[in-house]
Amino acid sequence: MTSTAILAQHVRRTSLAKRHPAILMGSLGVLAIVLSFYSLSVGATDVSMGDVFNAVIGNTSDQAAQIVVQFQLPRVLLAWLVGIALAVSGGVMQGVIRNPLAAPDVVGVTKGAGFAGMLLLLAIPGIPVFAVVPAAFVGGLVAAALVYLLAYRRGATPVRIALVGIAVSAAFEAGIRFLLVRNPLDVSAALIWLTGSLFGRSMSSVLQILPWVLVLVPLIVIWARKLDVLGLGDDLAAGLGEPVEKTRRVLLLFAVALASAAVAVSGTIGFVGLIAPHMARRVFGGRHLASIPSAALFGVLLMLFADMIGRGLAPPLEIPAGLVTAVVGGPYFLYLLVKTGK
Amino acid sequence: MRLQAQGVQLAYDQKVIAQDLTLTIPDGKVSVLIGPNGSGKSTALRALARLLPPAKGSVILDGKSIQDTPTKEVARLLAILPQVLVTPESISVEDLVWFGRHPHRTSLKVPSQADKETVEWAMEVTSTAELRHQHVDQLSGGQRQRVWIALCLAQGTDLILLDEPTTYLDVAYQLEVLDLLHQLNQEQGKTVAMVLHDFNMAAEYADHVFVMKSGSLVTQGTPEDVFTCDTIRDVFGVESKVVPHPVSGKPMCIPLRAGLRAQLLGCA
Repeated sequence: MTSTAILAQHVRRTSLAKRHPAILMGSLGVLAIVLSFYSLSVGATDVSMGDVFNAVIGNTSDQAAQIVVQFQLPRVLLAWLVGIALAVSGGVMQGVIRNPLAAPDVVGVTKGAGFAGMLLLLAIPGIPVFAVVPAAFVGGLVAAALVYLLAYRRGATPVRIALVGIAVSAAFEAGIRFLLVRNPLDVSAALIWLTGSLFGRSMSSVLQILPWVLVLVPLIVIWARKLDVLGLGDDLAAGLGEPVEKTRRVLLLFAVALASAAVAVSGTIGFVGLIAPHMARRVFGGRHLASIPSAALFGVLLMLFADMIGRGLAPPLEIPAGLVTAVVGGPYFLYLLVKTGK
Repeated sequence: MRLQAQGVQLAYDQKVIAQDLTLTIPDGKVSVLIGPNGSGKSTALRALARLLPPAKGSVILDGKSIQDTPTKEVARLLAILPQVLVTPESISVEDLVWFGRHPHRTSLKVPSQADKETVEWAMEVTSTAELRHQHVDQLSGGQRQRVWIALCLAQGTDLILLDEPTTYLDVAYQLEVLDLLHQLNQEQGKTVAMVLHDFNMAAEYADHVFVMKSGSLVTQGTPEDVFTCDTIRDVFGVESKVVPHPVSGKPMCIPLRAGLRAQLLGCA
């Protein structure tokens, strides 16, 4: 093939998704919905997808299906909300810091939020669960501030931020382990905080994270053009009338809040916030109006897959979703690290 | 005059770059800031564009301190093209030029007819309209710089500041860019102020030249006034012969190598 033919093919391939982002995004959404119903129907008891659908819309008297839905529905809803929160958080961070390695787990926010959430639950045993998200948010902010202070010496390269972030994460993870040793929880609770899982979550978890996603994600999408403008570099962005520092701070605050809300309900699930925005940019290009919503959809798909694989690999044993995302995400992160470091 | 610096001190962190700098950008003219590396010319331009707040003194735009004017309002009055430009991945020419409308748009509003017309006009005058669907990263250096200038034009301002718009470009592309800026000044009445490092290009295209050295303004005026071999020696540390350009008649500085300096006595 001649180089022009290759180029032409490249242009066609990239512009297909860019010219019809709505169609492609719609198909991803449909895929996520179908997968959700499938996810509801697989598990300890076998129920058909049709029964599940009827049970969800309340149009059945089949008790088995009702029970399955009652137990699995919060879990599937959480896969959506956590996937969206982590992916949008990562997409914003990658855009704002202009760093392909940025993600809530890479910059330490995830483990910081996990540590703070766990600390609160152990310190004040009777505390209402709704307090966990704000506590996690504080922890996430502290971790982000630490990474910022340690990594910034006259600017920070992407790899430097990642390395400092990993160190800060490790420190907070040590904190989580310490809390676990001092206050033996049951194994599944420990797993949730260490690797992240959707196991045994109830509707109350869904309600904890829902308002954060409902408020922050639309705000971020409305601000998509500001994210694009920040991508032009600080000087040009300021020249175009964008108050760069202020916008950047507000957006990072949103990103930390989203990731912390996810951690508060599902523990420290890694790599979704890193990978989903990358997939979105690959397919839909770098404009945030397309890449943020599509990252959210990829985040949902990743969470649904991770949760289903975790449940289906060795039933009745549960492999936490966070472990699945780590197995897939770890190598991908290494690949990015090598590529970016060059 | 719309844009001026009044006794500004410019510093990065604690390091003072320019001391007590006062200059006025002449309206409707092409001005060039020139000087050796580290003379503070880019720093001065950044201060004029509100990118660097002065430690002392103030930059005045339309009679108001630029620091007290919201950044969005400034962006509707003057456009700045920085030296280092980040091209977003696989973005089309038209999409990039649209960024110039950012200061005129709010987050939820759809683009207006005026927005569309201004973007079209900006691409027409920069001859980038026929490239509109091409990816910016596939263009030649000169074409790409024309697209960035189109973005500035789409801001719809009469004042355009540019930081070394010809650096890293082959000479043909340098001429392409400077010809375009000259044309924008002549035909559209734009005030152009830019940093250049080549004195012959500056002499050829500038109406007014600011010569800077170690953070101060050494001299200013028409190219004929400022480009003397004394100034070139004083500012750039080069012996040269200044002769009229054979075609344009503008001053041309020809630097002399060591062996020739002895033959030239003083500024003959």
